[in-house]
Amino acid sequence: MSLILAAAADVSSAAESARDIDWWGIISVIGTIVSMVTGLFFIIAGTVGVLRLPDFYTRLHAAGMTDTLGAELILLALIFQCDNLQMVLKLLLVAFFLLVTSPTATHAVAHAAYRAGLKPLLGEYRAPELEEDGS
Amino acid sequence: MSSFMGYFMLGSALFIILSMALMLGRLLGGPTLYDRLLAVNSFGTKTVLFLCVFCFIIGRPDGVDIALLYALMNFIATIAVLKFFNYRALDVGLTQSDEVERGDAR
Repeated sequence: MSLILAAAADVSSAAESARDIDWWGIISVIGTIVSMVTGLFFIIAGTVGVLRLPDFYTRLHAAGMTDTLGAELILLALIFQCDNLQMVLKLLLVAFFLLVTSPTATHAVAHAAYRAGLKPLLGEYRAPELEEDGS
Repeated sequence: MSSFMGYFMLGSALFIILSMALMLGRLLGGPTLYDRLLAVNSFGTKTVLFLCVFCFIIGRPDGVDIALLYALMNFIATIAVLKFFNYRALDVGLTQSDEVERGDAR
């Protein structure tokens, strides 16, 4: 009887210690690692695409897509590591400005290159004509 | 921050630096102006990311303010350089485009 009671106390203490696992720490570490590795993959994929693609517009596509997503994922990984609200808000502000300005800059570069007469490499498909009075 | 997370952040920062160094290849050897401008823009984005990660490595998270400033300045610099090479001047309104000679693709 005393053995059973001791075993029950043991089990309850084990359950007590199992309840003490730092779940938020585990989630933050896993979230940091997954987000950071995915973001770094997108960053290096965009860089290799800019180096190796044959045409300006394809290079622009590679850089514009992957830089935005990779930057957001890396900033998310840093947000998982924050310990006060001020840092989270600052990183969210950086993420917001990158999310707004990076596609805008990509669009501006593409539009300026197309207006300056830089022709894309064309295969089977043709690019639409630009309107004359479009600014 | 535990020691494993410190090493992980350090490896990530080195990876971002490797990506920036690879982007320098397109910046130096781009055939047209717009290739170089694209490389500068992407380099600036990676600089912002590296600043954020580096602030977490050295344990002084105040530098995210500098990263925020750099993100805004990068965008404005890209737009200003585009406008300069389009109009060969900076004090031209954005709407008048017909009477100004356009720049060439180099």
